[in-house]
Amino acid sequence: MIEVVSLAKRFGDVRALDGVDFSAGDGRITGLLGPNGAGKSTCLRILSTVLGPDAGTARIGGVDVTAAPLEVRRLIGVLPHNAGLYPQLTARENIEYYGRLHGLDGKRLRARVDALVERLGLGAIADRKAKGFSQGERTKVALARAMVHAPRHVLLDEPTAGLDVMATRELRDWLRELRADGCCVLLSSHVMQEIEALVDEIVIIASGRIAARGTPEALSARYPGLSLEEIFVEAVRSISP
Amino acid sequence: MSVVGTVFRKEVLDNARDRRTLFSAFLFGPLLGPVLFTVLVNVLVSQTVATVDRPIHVPIVGAELAPNLVAHLSARGVQNIADHGIDKLDEAIDAVEQGRYDAVLMIDADFPERFKRGETARVTLVHDQSRNRSSSRVARIRNAVSGYAQQLGALKLLANGVDPSAVQTITFDQLDVSTPAGRSAVLLGMLTYFLLVATLMGGFYLAIDSTAGERERRSLEPLLTVPVKRSSLVLGKMAATTAYMLAALALTLTGFTVALRFTSLEPLGMSSGFGVGAALSAFAILLPFAPFGAALMTLVASFTRSYREAQTYLTLVLLVPTMPLIFATMLNVKATSALMWIPSLSQHLLVTAVIRQETLPFLFYIESAFSTLVAALIVGYAAIRLYERESLLG
Repeated sequence: MIEVVSLAKRFGDVRALDGVDFSAGDGRITGLLGPNGAGKSTCLRILSTVLGPDAGTARIGGVDVTAAPLEVRRLIGVLPHNAGLYPQLTARENIEYYGRLHGLDGKRLRARVDALVERLGLGAIADRKAKGFSQGERTKVALARAMVHAPRHVLLDEPTAGLDVMATRELRDWLRELRADGCCVLLSSHVMQEIEALVDEIVIIASGRIAARGTPEALSARYPGLSLEEIFVEAVRSISP
Repeated sequence: MSVVGTVFRKEVLDNARDRRTLFSAFLFGPLLGPVLFTVLVNVLVSQTVATVDRPIHVPIVGAELAPNLVAHLSARGVQNIADHGIDKLDEAIDAVEQGRYDAVLMIDADFPERFKRGETARVTLVHDQSRNRSSSRVARIRNAVSGYAQQLGALKLLANGVDPSAVQTITFDQLDVSTPAGRSAVLLGMLTYFLLVATLMGGFYLAIDSTAGERERRSLEPLLTVPVKRSSLVLGKMAATTAYMLAALALTLTGFTVALRFTSLEPLGMSSGFGVGAALSAFAILLPFAPFGAALMTLVASFTRSYREAQTYLTLVLLVPTMPLIFATMLNVKATSALMWIPSLSQHLLVTAVIRQETLPFLFYIESAFSTLVAALIVGYAAIRLYERESLLG
C-alpha cells in the first residue's frame, strides 16, 4: 500500500509537485498518467527516497519515506527512467551486485538470481557483458536487479520507453503476475494505450497537481462518452491555464 | 560481506575489465616513469663525464706564433681546430656570436717578439658568458692558459734567483660540492614526481568511473534506492580507488628498482642503491598518500556531471600535489618538522632522504603519515557529505 498526502516539492521557482494526494493499493496496478514535466518522476523519486519532499507525507507499507528511508528501500523495487547497467559486468553480475547490497548472499542469492534469469528469459545473455545489450535486454536486467530482494512494492518510471512490441508485452505479463501475487505496482507513463491495457487505477497528474483519479470505469462514468485520451486532455485542461 | 566490501569488490572487478583504466593505471605510470627517468639519468651522467674528459676543440688564431703554448694546451685537452678560417678579432666575435664556436683563442701578432724580449705577451679569449653550455669549457681554456703563464713566470723567477713562492702569497683552493648535489636534487625531485603521479594515475579512471561515470550512464539513481547508507557507497568507491593507486605505486617502484639496477647514479653524487629496501621504505612512506589522493579525486569527480568534465578537473588535481615538489626542488628545501604537515611535499622529502641514505628523525615519518591521513579523512568526509546532498542526481 502506497499513500501520498499533500506532497509538495519545488526546484527553485518551479513547483514540481503542488499538493498531491493519491493511494495505490496492494494487488493492484496504479498508473501515474501525465504530460511531460507534470511531476511524475519527481513523485516517484520521492517515493523511492532519492529526493525529500518539501511538505506532505508519503508512506509505503505504512512506513514514512522521510522518517525511515532505509526501511522503505527494503520494501521497494525501483526501475528509474532509462536506468543504466554496468557495461563491464555481465547481466548476472549486475543483478548479483544489487542482491549483495540487499544483504543476500551465497545460496540464497544464487537461487534468487537463477529464478529471475529464468522468469525473465535472460538465459541467453545472463553471462554476457551488458555493454552490447539492446534497450529491451537492458530494461529486463534492470527490472531483475530491482526485484532481486522480492519487494512487495514496485515503482516503475516509464518502463516501456524504447521497448518494442514483444518486449512491451512481456513486461506487461510480468507486471500482471506481480499483481496476482498481491504486489503494489505503481508505474508512470504518458502513453495512453499502456495505461488502458494495464492499470486498475488511474491517477492523472498535470502541473504538479492531481487532475483526476479513479478506476477506468469510474472515470468513464464521470466523463460520459469520452475515450480515455479525451478524458486525459479534458482533465489536464481543467488544471493548466 | 559488508556493504563497503561489496562496493569495493564490484568497483575493482568492473574497472579491471576496462582496458583504458588498466592501461593508464598499470602500464602508463609504472613503465613510462622508470624508462623516462633512466634515460634522463643516463643523459646527465654521460654529459657530466663528457665535459670532464673529452678534449675541447677551439680555433686558435696565430697558433704558429706560439707552438709551445699550443702544445701545452693540447696536453691539457684544449686542441686547435686547424682550418677555422678566422683571422681578425671581428671575425672571431662573429663566429662566437653566431654560435659556430663556443670560444676563439687569439694570439697577438707580436706575441713571439714580446715573448723573446721578456715582455708581457697578449692572448685574447673570445667567448659568450651568457651561454651556459660553454661556461665549463671556457673555464678549462682559461685555466690551461693561465697554468702555462704561471709555469713560465715561475721559471723566470727561478732563473733570476727568486723563489717563485715569494709571489704566491695565497694558495687558493676550490672545492666544488654544489654541482653533483644540485643535479641530484633535480633528479630526486623528478623521481618522487613520477612516483606521486603514477600513484594518482592508478586511481584516476576508477575515481571518474565510479562517480561521474555512474551518473552519466544513469546507474546512480537505482543504486541510491538500495537500503544502504550513501556513506558506505562512497567509502567502498574510495577504498577501490585507493587499492588501484597502491597497486600502481607498487608496480612503479618495482619498475624503478629494475630500471635503476642498470644505471649508476654515483657520478651524480647519489648512492647507486635504489634496491628492494629503499623501494619498500618508499612504499611505506607513500602509503598514506593513496587514501588522500583517492578522497581528493573522488571529491572533485563527484562535483562534475560527465566523464569528460571529470577528466578535465582531475587532470588539474594531478598537478596540485606536484606544485610543492617543484618549489622544493627549485629552492632546495630541507626536511623540517613543519614541512611534514604538507601532504606530497613531506613524502617527497622523506623518499628523497631514503634514496640519499640520510637519516631523518623518526618523528618526521610519524608526522607525515599522521597529517596526510588526517587530510584524507577531512577530504573523504567532504566527499561523503557531497553524496548526501539531494542535488547529487542533478
